[in-house]
Amino acid sequence: METLNFALRRIARLLLTVLLIATIIFFVIRVIPGDPALVIAGVDSSDADIAAIRARIGTDRPLAVQYADWLWKVARFDFGRSLISDQPVLSLILERFPLTLSLSLLGLLFSIVLAVPLGVLSAVRRWSGWDFLGLGISQVGMAVPSFWLGILLLLGLAVRVPLFPLFGSGGLRHLVLPAVSLGLAQAAIQLRLTRASMIEELAKEYVLTARAKGLTERMVKYKHALKNALLPVITIAGIQLGYMLGGAIIIEQVFSLPGLGRLFLFGIYQRDFPLIQGGVVFVAVVFSLINFAVDLLYAVLNPKIRVR
Amino acid sequence: MEELLRITDLDVTFQRAYRTPRSSAGLQEEQGPIRSRPSPAGAAHALRGIDLTLASGEVQALVGESGSGKTVTATCIMGLLPVPPGRINRGSILFQGGELLALSEAERRRIRGRRIAMIFQEPGKCLNPALRNGEQIVEMLVLHLGLERPEAERRALELLERVGLPGGRRVLRGYPHELSGGMKQRLMIAMAVSCSPKLLIADEPTTALDVTLQKQILKLLLGLRQATGMAVLFISHDLGVVHEIAERVSVIYAGRIVEAAGKRELFERPLHPYTRLLLASIPEAGKRGRPLRAIPGSVPDAEHVPAGCSFHPRCPLAESICREEPPDRREYGDGSGPHAAECRLVGKQWPPS
Repeated sequence: METLNFALRRIARLLLTVLLIATIIFFVIRVIPGDPALVIAGVDSSDADIAAIRARIGTDRPLAVQYADWLWKVARFDFGRSLISDQPVLSLILERFPLTLSLSLLGLLFSIVLAVPLGVLSAVRRWSGWDFLGLGISQVGMAVPSFWLGILLLLGLAVRVPLFPLFGSGGLRHLVLPAVSLGLAQAAIQLRLTRASMIEELAKEYVLTARAKGLTERMVKYKHALKNALLPVITIAGIQLGYMLGGAIIIEQVFSLPGLGRLFLFGIYQRDFPLIQGGVVFVAVVFSLINFAVDLLYAVLNPKIRVR
Repeated sequence: MEELLRITDLDVTFQRAYRTPRSSAGLQEEQGPIRSRPSPAGAAHALRGIDLTLASGEVQALVGESGSGKTVTATCIMGLLPVPPGRINRGSILFQGGELLALSEAERRRIRGRRIAMIFQEPGKCLNPALRNGEQIVEMLVLHLGLERPEAERRALELLERVGLPGGRRVLRGYPHELSGGMKQRLMIAMAVSCSPKLLIADEPTTALDVTLQKQILKLLLGLRQATGMAVLFISHDLGVVHEIAERVSVIYAGRIVEAAGKRELFERPLHPYTRLLLASIPEAGKRGRPLRAIPGSVPDAEHVPAGCSFHPRCPLAESICREEPPDRREYGDGSGPHAAECRLVGKQWPPS
């Protein structure tokens, strides 16, 4: 009962969020300059041609009607067709989503593998070489824009020393540099958080108890304190995965990866309304689902908030 | 009775302002952020030559106000004094005839939890919220006694029964937050006695509990002492509780033991003015309606301990000599047992209030 209640509330919140985002994006892309009919018709078209295209794609109708029509379709998982390629928006998105998702997951994996051990080491050996390395990495990671890091990595490890492919997709090797570019900034945040959280836990009274029980320092730190210290890190890492889906859009440009980013970017260039709207709603749903999953995971890991 | 613990002339200072060393090991790492460099003036004299003996199986209370050095004493016995900022300047802690202060950290660790155990004031904060109750007991049995897990789990179940914590396996599988305050303290006690220690240090174990629970926990501690023969060093500021549990009482003030005697002796014939004032400040049902008596002033800041007798600024009997020279510890026992006190004016007439 409790669990069902929790799930229902979360789903209601998810739907509300998505509705809000859908509404905002619908009106925003209609406020910014640019008319899809003009893009489709081309420069030399007559007013009649343009009017005909508007009638075909439905942009001649009142805004409220377009909005209601679109929402009604979205509610039935019909995202419409691309104005440019005339393919179903959903299949366009689903075709490219795996690449963006694997890029984001790989970026997250990279950031966790780098940040969590180093953050713990930083906390346990404060003001040691490890700590300064960790603090240095996190400073740099937060300061360097990911696209610039991507370009540097390409120049260094794909051009100067050709360890990795310069562009294109087709395997894990193509995703390494983009994932590193994407993950470093997230690693910086995770590192600081892990360090702070571990330091905080080590100062708590149960750590004193653990020592008073005669446990080894290793058990005190890596069994007693770490288990508590990782809880906030997991929450943040989950939220970061959502952000990385967005961040991947830029990185895909740098590395010429045919993911969601490029799809949406071209959609925006060409004022492909259904594609932009569908894309944003899709990302919003994925983002919300990830947060939902993180909440569930957190509940599993933190006995205090475990839902029964 | 056989002597279990003898603390002699234990002197501890705390550096208030200090800088954490960059590379350090063990307990030294978890101190606060970088602060200014140590200044000799910033040293707090937490313990100024503590003398304390504890016999095997004895329940002794260590009584004093907050900041008097009770917990620092316990921390030193456990070997958990954070160094820095803490520093043991001199003294000795003999446990079962061996010098604890001469042992390595690894040797001290093997004593902690196994031969000397400790329970704390707030069981709610002292249990690990992320570990199952059972694991928190079992890990000790596995580590100290080398038991296999199934055997350790059986022992953990027995321990729960011994400390009067109903629920058996369900409790072992559960987490601390599911337990009430009293149950948490029972779990702490189960952990503490799991390896049959010779000495249990109980640092205000009942202060965070309500009066009914206090009684139950005290009864439990006394019962366990009876069954196992362990000694208990009971740290408290509450003389009412001390009266119920202790056989001997040491009164600590500003980092020195100012009076030590058998419980009866101390409650009936207190020698030190501080003890007398402490006893007079116990609230009693018979005194209902009359204002509570409190000792004027407060425990001196360990950085500014008064010269001479440290109690003289609050002492109604103080004479000019008290301001100048610290008193000696002297024995006043009259055959019914030792009774030591540290005051020049023992026997002086109390001023009419």
